[in-house]
Amino acid sequence: MTEQTVRAPQTVTRAPRTRAEGEEAYLEVTDLHVQFPTADGRVQAVQGLSYSLPLRRTLAIVGESGSGKSVSSMAILGLHDRKSTWISGSIKVGGKEVVGMSEKDLMSYRGADAAMIFQDPQSSLHPFFTIGDQITESYRAHHNVSKRAAKARAVDMLGRVGIPNPSRRVDQYPHEFSGGMRQRAMIAMALVNDPKLLIADEPTTALDVTVQAQILDLIADLQRDFGSAVVFITHDLGVVAEIADDILVMYGGNAVEHGPVEKILGAPLHPYSWGLLESIPAVSGTPGPLHPIPGSPPSLLAMPSGCAFHPRCEFRDRVGGDLCRTLKPELIPRTADQGRTSRCHLKEPDKVFETEVLPRLP
Amino acid sequence: MLLYILRRVISAISVVIVTVVCSFLLFFAAPHDPAGVICGPKCTPERLKDITNSLNLDQPVVEQIGLYFKGIVVGRDYSAGGVTRHCDAPCLGYSYILGVPVTDLLARAVPVTLSIVIGGATIYLCFGVLIGTIAARVRGTTLDKAAVGTSLVIGSVPYFIVALVIALYATFLPKSQYVSFFENPFQWAAGLLAAWLCLGLTNSAQYTRYSRASMIEALGQDFTRTARSKGISERRVVYRHGLRAAMTPVITIFGVDVAYQLVNTIFTERIFQLPGLGTRIINAFNQYDLPVLMGGVIVGATVLVVMNLVVDILYTVLDPRVRLG
Repeated sequence: MTEQTVRAPQTVTRAPRTRAEGEEAYLEVTDLHVQFPTADGRVQAVQGLSYSLPLRRTLAIVGESGSGKSVSSMAILGLHDRKSTWISGSIKVGGKEVVGMSEKDLMSYRGADAAMIFQDPQSSLHPFFTIGDQITESYRAHHNVSKRAAKARAVDMLGRVGIPNPSRRVDQYPHEFSGGMRQRAMIAMALVNDPKLLIADEPTTALDVTVQAQILDLIADLQRDFGSAVVFITHDLGVVAEIADDILVMYGGNAVEHGPVEKILGAPLHPYSWGLLESIPAVSGTPGPLHPIPGSPPSLLAMPSGCAFHPRCEFRDRVGGDLCRTLKPELIPRTADQGRTSRCHLKEPDKVFETEVLPRLP
Repeated sequence: MLLYILRRVISAISVVIVTVVCSFLLFFAAPHDPAGVICGPKCTPERLKDITNSLNLDQPVVEQIGLYFKGIVVGRDYSAGGVTRHCDAPCLGYSYILGVPVTDLLARAVPVTLSIVIGGATIYLCFGVLIGTIAARVRGTTLDKAAVGTSLVIGSVPYFIVALVIALYATFLPKSQYVSFFENPFQWAAGLLAAWLCLGLTNSAQYTRYSRASMIEALGQDFTRTARSKGISERRVVYRHGLRAAMTPVITIFGVDVAYQLVNTIFTERIFQLPGLGTRIINAFNQYDLPVLMGGVIVGATVLVVMNLVVDILYTVLDPRVRLG
């Protein structure tokens, strides 16, 4: 899953350090590129993404549609079709290199070392097989056990994810479950092999708000029990605040900001992150107009020169020498705090945030 | 479930009843002189009178239909040429031209047609689904294009041309004939082989296309991605998860299609000289044998209604989401 990838000349980014010094990274993504060749050209879905994640920590990847958050996560499980995808860089999960892994190795890796929870449990579960059937299939793919033992394990897992009466529910079909219960079953299926890396791709988007909170709590609880690393893909900053340790903000296939959650939600350093915060509608007081980020996401077929965000950035004129248009900024520490990085030329972004952006926030 | 089936059976019976009434009106009430038509070209006044009396053609139409239904349920008597014969239930009428009850005539033809369709349909379903699934897996490759192209060509050639080519040139096949399955299963299969191949070949093209489209859709679904993320083999992803979902719509089409084939094997039967339902109906048509045509219509309608019912019930087995009641 690699092959010849003609890479645009660009700066090499180093994997940013999380503050968890000393903890060994379980997931390590280095300079990941994912491209889809199409008739119109090459879609550059992910362009040089690097990050690392130790066990027992949760990384939230946020960004709008087409920012590359789902594409990069599917690459971690090797789910892209080899024939129609160009992938380069490195993804190491528990020491195993996933990029370029053989189909046979991928089979024993998927589900066992890393598992995924998808956005819509309604369409992600097979409608014609019972819940128990689908969970036992996962388990038996990696454990040489009898059907009976696998089913007992499935019942046990359904109980652990909080499905009442699991020994009866195990024989039911997905359509007999409510949305929240279906997502619980999906989680049980993902965790049945005790994977050390769990990727949750917008697992609460298709659920209503009260159920969302339950599912988030469940994932957090299970993470504690299983001691796994969690990558949480979402565009909901409220969810991020609740569940994540670190945030990675993606824009147009690039990471634009990375750091601990309280710092980035409290005082982000990238104009795109500021735009995200500003666009959250106020829930108290008199409802005012919404503040969307002007413009639209960049075309992944024809990325803007320099900083990908510059056409929509209100601060681009503050940077001298037309730098934003000509030079792609690196993902490096921009303030005294070495634990967080951002990809922006703006000088003293912390001061700009405090004096100009903060007063505008709802 | 039981209640649902009961309701469906009742509605199926009403459809058949309406068909009987309509075709009765068409064949016996609307024509100016049905007795004359049934009597045929060499008609004598006595025979004509016989037929008119026997079919109650001088009575009001309602009474005639009532008598016809009575025949179906309990049987009735027919007199022809001074001889009165009893026609057992379900009596679908009496062919004055052939001198036999319609039910007997059709009962001998139905197993022939059924044999042709069952064999042919098995061939085209298996063949079409197999090719279609493989084509979907290798979508976009030369193999896929070849499969789609071939099925397009076969599907474009008129059915009877394929039948003729097989009948004329595939002379190495066993001689086409009908031997009852219960008499000799091997001869049964050998005699029908040519007809099966013809039916199978021409129809497998469309099943290739159905299965390919359905399979491509299934393989693009979220649950296929989930299956792949579990760490099971690609073969299992395709043939267990993909095929299971892709086959449901194909089976639905297949059920109705088989019913359609049962009443439309005329070409196959004629070309391969098999005495099936289609041959009987064509003969009746040429001789204006109205009672036989009427019987054919009823059998055809019943087959279609029953197959639709079977498909609906089968669907609940295939798709657990479908609830009956």
